[in-house]
Amino acid sequence: MSKITDMTDTHNWSGQRLVTADELLFEAPREKHFMTGSEVLKEAVKRCTVDASVSYPITPQSEAAHLIGELWAEGYVGTYFRGENEFGVMSEVAGCAMAGARTITTTSGPGTLRAMENFAQWSGTRIPCQLILMARGINSPLTIQPDNLEVSYMLETGCQIWYAENVQELFDMSIAAFVVAEKPDVHVPIITVVDGFFVSHTREAVMLPADDIALFPYEPYKSPLPPIDSETPPGRFLRDPFVMKSNYISYATHASWQFEIRSAVERSRPYAEHFLDGLVHTTGSEDAEIAFVTCGTASHQAKEAERELMKLGIKSKVIKLRTIRPFPEEELITALEGVKHIFVPEFNVVGWLEKEVKKALYKKTEADIVGGPRVAGGMSMPAEAIIKEVMEKINPGKGA
Amino acid sequence: MAIDIYKINPEFRDIMPQEIIDLEEKATWAQNQDKPRGIKELPQSKELLEEHSLCAGCPEAAALRYVLSALPKPEETIIVNSTGCTSLMFPHIALHTVHSLFGNQNAVATGIKRVLDWRFPDTEKDVVVLAGDGATVDIGLDYTLQSFFRQENITTICFDNEVYANTGGQESGATPKGQVFKMAPTGKKFDKVPMWKLATTSGCHYSINMTASAPKAVAKAVREAILVAREIGPTFLNIYTPCILEIGLSANEGLGEMKEQDKDRFESYKYISPEAEEFLAKCKEEGRL
Ligand SMILES: Cc1ncc(C[n+]2csc(CCOP(=O)(O)OP(=O)(O)O)c2C)c(N)n1
Ligand code: SF4
Repeated sequence: MSKITDMTDTHNWSGQRLVTADELLFEAPREKHFMTGSEVLKEAVKRCTVDASVSYPITPQSEAAHLIGELWAEGYVGTYFRGENEFGVMSEVAGCAMAGARTITTTSGPGTLRAMENFAQWSGTRIPCQLILMARGINSPLTIQPDNLEVSYMLETGCQIWYAENVQELFDMSIAAFVVAEKPDVHVPIITVVDGFFVSHTREAVMLPADDIALFPYEPYKSPLPPIDSETPPGRFLRDPFVMKSNYISYATHASWQFEIRSAVERSRPYAEHFLDGLVHTTGSEDAEIAFVTCGTASHQAKEAERELMKLGIKSKVIKLRTIRPFPEEELITALEGVKHIFVPEFNVVGWLEKEVKKALYKKTEADIVGGPRVAGGMSMPAEAIIKEVMEKINPGKGA
Repeated sequence: MAIDIYKINPEFRDIMPQEIIDLEEKATWAQNQDKPRGIKELPQSKELLEEHSLCAGCPEAAALRYVLSALPKPEETIIVNSTGCTSLMFPHIALHTVHSLFGNQNAVATGIKRVLDWRFPDTEKDVVVLAGDGATVDIGLDYTLQSFFRQENITTICFDNEVYANTGGQESGATPKGQVFKMAPTGKKFDKVPMWKLATTSGCHYSINMTASAPKAVAKAVREAILVAREIGPTFLNIYTPCILEIGLSANEGLGEMKEQDKDRFESYKYISPEAEEFLAKCKEEGRL
C-alpha cells in the first residue's frame, strides 16, 4: 500500500514523476497498445495520482471497478473499498471528495438511477469528483447494452457531462476531466460517459504515454469551499441560520447557488476546449448539406454511414458532440453552416439528444431536424439504419 | 488544526450579535487539550447558540450541548448529520459539519474518515455521525449497519425521539408498538427496533441505550465512544431525546419525560467489547477519561 507521506515535490506516492496535464495529454511520447475500455480506464487512473476510489459491481463496467482496486493494491491509488450499494458508493464518494481527495468511481445505468439523489447533491457541494458512466439499458427487459437513457436523467443534475466515443477518447477524456473539474473557477463534479459494452468490452488500438508519469496531485485548498478536514475554519455553506426557515432567504440562497453551479459549468468551456481539443469534432465533407449530430458510439456508426453515402455520391458530415454539459451550442451552429438536413441518430427511445439539439438550434437554423434513427438499446446501430433514414428524407418513397 | 477554528471576519465584527462573538470567544475548544473536556465547563463556555431553530425546550438542543462539550478533540472533529430536526442545530455551532442527504450519513462519514486517515496519517481526526431515528433506523439503516460491518472508525449517535419530527410526526422504526402517529392511524404495528442490540451484533465495540436526562452520563458515553472508535472500531449511542411537540408536552417537561423513561423503556443498556474495555481502562490510567 502507498503512503501519502511518500509524495515529494517531483514524484507522487507511487514513485511516478509528476507532470502537467499538457505534458501528460499532449507532449509525452505515446506507444500503441491493444485494450478494452475497462483496461484503458485503469491505465488512465494509474496516471492521475488518485486519492480515493469506491466501487460496486455492475455489468458492463464491473471489470473497470475491480481494475482500479488492483491499482490500489499495487500502490497507485490512496484508498479504495467496495461500498454497500450505489447510493452508498455515491455518498462515500461525496465524503471522500469533501474531505479533500481526488476521487473516482464508475457505474452503469441501474447503479446511476439507484444513486440519483446524490448527483445533484455532488454538484450542490461543488466537489470535483469524477463518475465514469458506462451507459447500459435501464428499461426492462434486461440488457447490458446501452440505451443511454440514464444520461438523460443526469443532464439536469448540475454536473458536467462529457461523452467519449471510443477507448482512446475514454483514456484522454478521463484524465482531462479531473483537470477541468478541479479548476478553482469550475470545481463541479464531472460525469464522463461512454456507451458500455461497446466501449467497455471491446478491444481497440490505443496510444498511451508511459506509466511512470502522472498528474500533479489535487490541491484541496484551492477549492471555492473549504475541504471538510478541520485544517481551515469551516465554510459558511449551510452555516447561516438554516435557509429553509425563511422562504425569502431560502429562495435567494437556493436560486443564486443553482445559477452559480450552472455558471461554473459554463466557465469550464475554455478549459475543456483546450484539453479536449474542441468541444465538437467534425468529420466528412465540409460542404455537405446533410449532417449527423451525434455523441458516443452513434458517432462511430454515423461515420460509417457517411462513408457509405459518399460511395453513393451523397456528401454528409458527422458533428460529434464531446461535451453535453456545457452544451456546445456555438460550435454546433458553426459546424452546421450550409447544412439543409440534420439527423440525430441515438441509442435511446426518448431522443434526449434530439431535444438538446432542437433547443440549441431553435430559430437559429433553416435546416430541418430529424430525430433518428433510434435503436432504443439492446443492439448496435447499423449504418444501414442511418442511411435508410437519410434516403427516406432526401429521396422519399424510394428508400435506401 | 489551528485553535482559531471559528473566526469572525473583523469587518463584520461590529454588526455581529453578542451570541456569535461568544461562540468565537467562549467555545471550549482547545482550552483543555490535555485534560478531558466536559460538561463542567458548560456554564462558562458556549457550544451552541441559544437562538437555534429547534422548538423551545427540545431535549435535542440540550443533548447536543452535552455531546459537544464531551468531544475529546473538537478542533479535529467532523460531525456528519442528516436531514431532520437535528440538522437544524448544526448551523449554530462552530465546528466542521456536513449535512448531506436523508439517511446517507454513515456512508458520507465513511468517505470522510477514510480520506482523513489517508491525508493526515499522523493526526487523529474524529468523525462522528449524529442523526435522528428515522435517518438511522429506517432510511439509513443499511448504511448505518454496513459501516459497522466494515468496522469503520466512526462513532454513530442516534437522537432517538421515536418519531419523524421534522416532517410532522410520522411513525418511525423506533416508535413503540401501538403508538398512534401520522401514517400509523391505527397504531404502530411492530416493536421498537432495538438499534443498540443490532449495533452490538453488527460489530460495534461500544453500544449504549440511554436518555439525555443525566448530562454527565451522556458526556462520559460520548467521550468513551469516540476514543474507542478512534482506536478500535465502530461505536454507537442511542439517546432518547423526546419530541415534546409530537407527544404533547410543554417546554419544561422534556427532562421529566426522560427521567420517567430512564426507569422504564430506556433502562440503561451498555455493551463494551473486551478490546474496548481494555483500551478504556488504559485511557483512564493515562488521564484521558
Ligand atoms: C429521500 C427523502 N425522503 C424523505 C425526506 C423528508 N424528511 C425530511 S426530515 C425527515 C424526518 C427526519 O426524521 P428523523 O431522522 O427521525 O429526525 P427528527 O426530525 O425526528 O429529529 C424526513 C422524512 C427527505 N428529506 N428525503
Ligand atoms: S419537532 Fe420535536 S424534535 Fe423537532 S425541534 Fe420540536 S420538539 Fe424537538
